[in-house]
Amino acid sequence: MFANLSLNQRAAILSLVLLAVGLLIWEAAIPAQKAVGELTEYERLTGGGAPKAGIPPPSEVLGKAWDELSNPFYDAGPNDKGIGIQIGYSLYRVLSGYFLAALVAIPLGFLIGMSPVAYRALNPFIQVLRPISPLAWMPLALFVIQDSQLSAIFVIFICSIWPMLLNTAFGVAGVRDDWVNVARTHELGHLRTAFTVILPAAAPTIVTGMRISIGIAWLVIVAAEMLVGGTGIGYYVWNEWNNLDLTSVIFSILMIGIVGMALDAAFAALQRSVAYAE
Amino acid sequence: MSRPFLSVEQLTQQFPDGQGGIQTVFENASFGIEQGEFVVILGHSGCGKSTIMNILAGLAEPTSGVVKMDGYAVSGPSLDRGVVFQNYSLLPWLSALSNVTFGVGARHRDWPKSRVTEEAKRFLSMVGLEGDVIHRKPSQLSGGMRQRVSIARAFANQPKLLLLDEPFGALDALTRGTIQDELLKIWGGTEQTVFMITHDIDEAILLADRILLMTNGPFARVAESVEITIPRPRTRTGIVEHPNYYAIRNHLVHFLGERSKALSGQVPGDAMQRPETVRIDHTAREPAPDAEDAPAPLRAVNS
Ligand SMILES: Nc1ncnc2c1ncn2[C@@H]1O[C@H](COP(=O)(O)OP(=O)(O)O)[C@@H](O)[C@H]1O
Ligand SMILES: [Mg+2]
Repeated sequence: MFANLSLNQRAAILSLVLLAVGLLIWEAAIPAQKAVGELTEYERLTGGGAPKAGIPPPSEVLGKAWDELSNPFYDAGPNDKGIGIQIGYSLYRVLSGYFLAALVAIPLGFLIGMSPVAYRALNPFIQVLRPISPLAWMPLALFVIQDSQLSAIFVIFICSIWPMLLNTAFGVAGVRDDWVNVARTHELGHLRTAFTVILPAAAPTIVTGMRISIGIAWLVIVAAEMLVGGTGIGYYVWNEWNNLDLTSVIFSILMIGIVGMALDAAFAALQRSVAYAE
Repeated sequence: MSRPFLSVEQLTQQFPDGQGGIQTVFENASFGIEQGEFVVILGHSGCGKSTIMNILAGLAEPTSGVVKMDGYAVSGPSLDRGVVFQNYSLLPWLSALSNVTFGVGARHRDWPKSRVTEEAKRFLSMVGLEGDVIHRKPSQLSGGMRQRVSIARAFANQPKLLLLDEPFGALDALTRGTIQDELLKIWGGTEQTVFMITHDIDEAILLADRILLMTNGPFARVAESVEITIPRPRTRTGIVEHPNYYAIRNHLVHFLGERSKALSGQVPGDAMQRPETVRIDHTAREPAPDAEDAPAPLRAVNS
């Protein structure tokens, strides 16, 4: 019977089995751990032994998820907001920083891709700035901008800009001469050539850069919010850790994964829509 | 001699040869093309045919010399000179139809969209593309269909001069035959001036009013201009019957086989290099006394 199913169906069944087995092992392992009473150093240091400090079984996490997701947007003061609100803050920061970065990186990448002089002039700066961890900018950003919210957005901006810039430049520089010649023999102006020939030709490479950037931005926002505090999913994780609510910590980790997956899927769809076969 | 529609005057092209020196592809090449003429240029690969065509298209600048069309020097590409590239050069993210509307829309910027689409469809149907296929992307079309789209795009622009660089080089013989017929049909209906590169002798005889023969490079020359004295309309099977066919064909084979090599490298100084006109016509040769023992083609030189 299993052999009759399509590849996708078989893979889906296997995924579900793996999930069930994983959850069962996790569930079964938890009481044993408690019975032994062995505490990690962390647990001892953080007042371990208290019933809340243990790793929760998956059933508890699922219960938590049910509670949180059935009312995601409640707001009961600065330290008690629904998961939907926290993710909303994080998405707002990620998307603002990201779109500002796109606004700079894509036109600049076009310029660099089309002009070897611009490429050579800007390359040293890019090479020095690109390997800097985005969080290293945080102190400087906080000092100059004087606003934690804007500083987080700036950190997202600075980390999303490089993949988009480099991929745009690479994609634009790699547009086949033949296609540019088609534009030239049809007397298209610079702007029309850029929009009707170079942009669609380079779009798959550009969107790949955008997809890499959004992934990095989502990785970085969690760390950035742990630093700046206040709101956001990163702050939420850190806050629940301070509360020793590991159920919430695990639940929010899962949510970070799911939102990241959704962002990536959106860009994968965009990628498919601009793809072409030669 | 009146000034031709297109005149190429003392065209010289040099490239760095990669070892610090200079390679002269051709020097002082000069020839003309009349309005409505179908001219084919034949020569071995590497002699500089594509280089000449890119200069005519305005896509490349010659080292020296000028190309004049309608009396004006050509500088830069223009809608008046349409190009069909060897590798089709269709935009792969557009459908076949959109590739042609791209061209029509560039030519007629004031036309409403519906008219542009209609015109594009008209030219696509002239090359036998109708129905659902025109909505396919180039990657979903066969090589022959892609080249048809490319030809439709070029003709739909109604350029004053149409340039084709080995348009059928990558196609199988059967497809090539069909598209040659379509090219003849569409050309017959438009009185388009065409300049085409090929290295297929039969294709050249079938299509051309006149064949320019190029010697091998470096220092290649456009050595001869052979008139194809076979009346139109021509068909693949019909031309073979014509008394001039084998004489012309032999002349071309002989040129490509031996003389293109023998004539190459003869550096002619800075004289205008006009091709010698060759007219082979056995039909108008009744009273010729020494016809039988003269297999070499009758040659007349004029300038
Ligand atoms: N951009 C270029 N730089 C250097 N050499 C070139 C360039 N383009 C063509 N050539 C040389 O010029 C010669 C003629 O090339 P081409 O016009 O493509 O020949 P054909 O089309 O007749 O086969 C060749 O020897 C080629 O190597
Ligand atoms: Mg060539």
